[in-house]
Amino acid sequence: MYHKRGIWAIKAKHGGVFPRHEPKEAPPKPAEKPPKYYPADDVRHPIPNHRKHKPTKLRASITPGTVLILLAGRFMGKRVVFLKQLPSGLLLVTGPFKINGVPLRRVNQAYVIATSTKVDISAVSAEKFDDKYFTKEKKKKKNKGESEFFETEKEETKALPQEKKDDQKAVDTPLIKAIEAVSDLKAYLGARFSLRAGMKPHELVF
Amino acid sequence: MPFKRYVEIGRVALVNYGKDYGRLVVIVDVVDQNRALVDAPDMVRGQMNFKRLSLTDIKIDIPRLPKKKSLIAAMEAADVKNKWENSSWGRKLIVQKRRAALNDFDRFKVMLARIKRGGAIQKELAKLKKQNAS
Repeated sequence: MYHKRGIWAIKAKHGGVFPRHEPKEAPPKPAEKPPKYYPADDVRHPIPNHRKHKPTKLRASITPGTVLILLAGRFMGKRVVFLKQLPSGLLLVTGPFKINGVPLRRVNQAYVIATSTKVDISAVSAEKFDDKYFTKEKKKKKNKGESEFFETEKEETKALPQEKKDDQKAVDTPLIKAIEAVSDLKAYLGARFSLRAGMKPHELVF
Repeated sequence: MPFKRYVEIGRVALVNYGKDYGRLVVIVDVVDQNRALVDAPDMVRGQMNFKRLSLTDIKIDIPRLPKKKSLIAAMEAADVKNKWENSSWGRKLIVQKRRAALNDFDRFKVMLARIKRGGAIQKELAKLKKQNAS
């Protein structure tokens, strides 16, 4: 092993001695005082975790403007336009709403088939959307009195704030213009995808 | 019902198994009871078992073991490519390839076209039925 690592050659280059660096001058540590208090029991401290997640690697077939097929959830089978990847790794996607009822929505890459059809998305700016835009608002806790235990709480149906409706319109109008420029694309996005007899998913080209 | 397609020098065959699946080759010599020497313009001449070949109707006029240049010239003279692409077998293969390469959007457009065609046919049929009834 000594010979394989070539230690003999390094030694020969440096006159028979393996080169050594002098240890760096460490900065002088401040004098530690003995602690005033020793806890009675040994306390286990959790090891701090400093790992930061990177956003999920985006598949090469998914680029801004790609038509995606959603595979799960309420909009299963719907064909949808991809806008951008959010910092959490989820994909920002829109129907457009007027065409197939899918609003601006987050979707996981794993539940999506990327088709090779692309829509021109240059006129759409999706810069302002991030994960905070999509978080649910926290429900305020009500103080429970005894009488209220027996009453069923009426769920307040939250109407969609006008701001979100305006955002949807702002994203969709240039997108719909680009979609109508291609023949049949609007009907294509309005239709759901399904497997028929004889279709083999592993042989289909999307 | 005698045989019509024979293994002979110059017989064009379709490879139906293996690395060269789907390629049109010419039988250039017979090695023994099971194997033939086979050649094509874009392939190195090599042996192939007859079980891997499906004989076609096309035959070209070549001597045994022609040089590559004369093989290509003979194939041009017999117009193998066009004869194959116009034959029903050849056309079927081309359509199969085309269908397999269809995009999801293309498949949608094909569906719309089929519905449209069906509609036009039904309209004509209804017209003829009406004429017949009256």
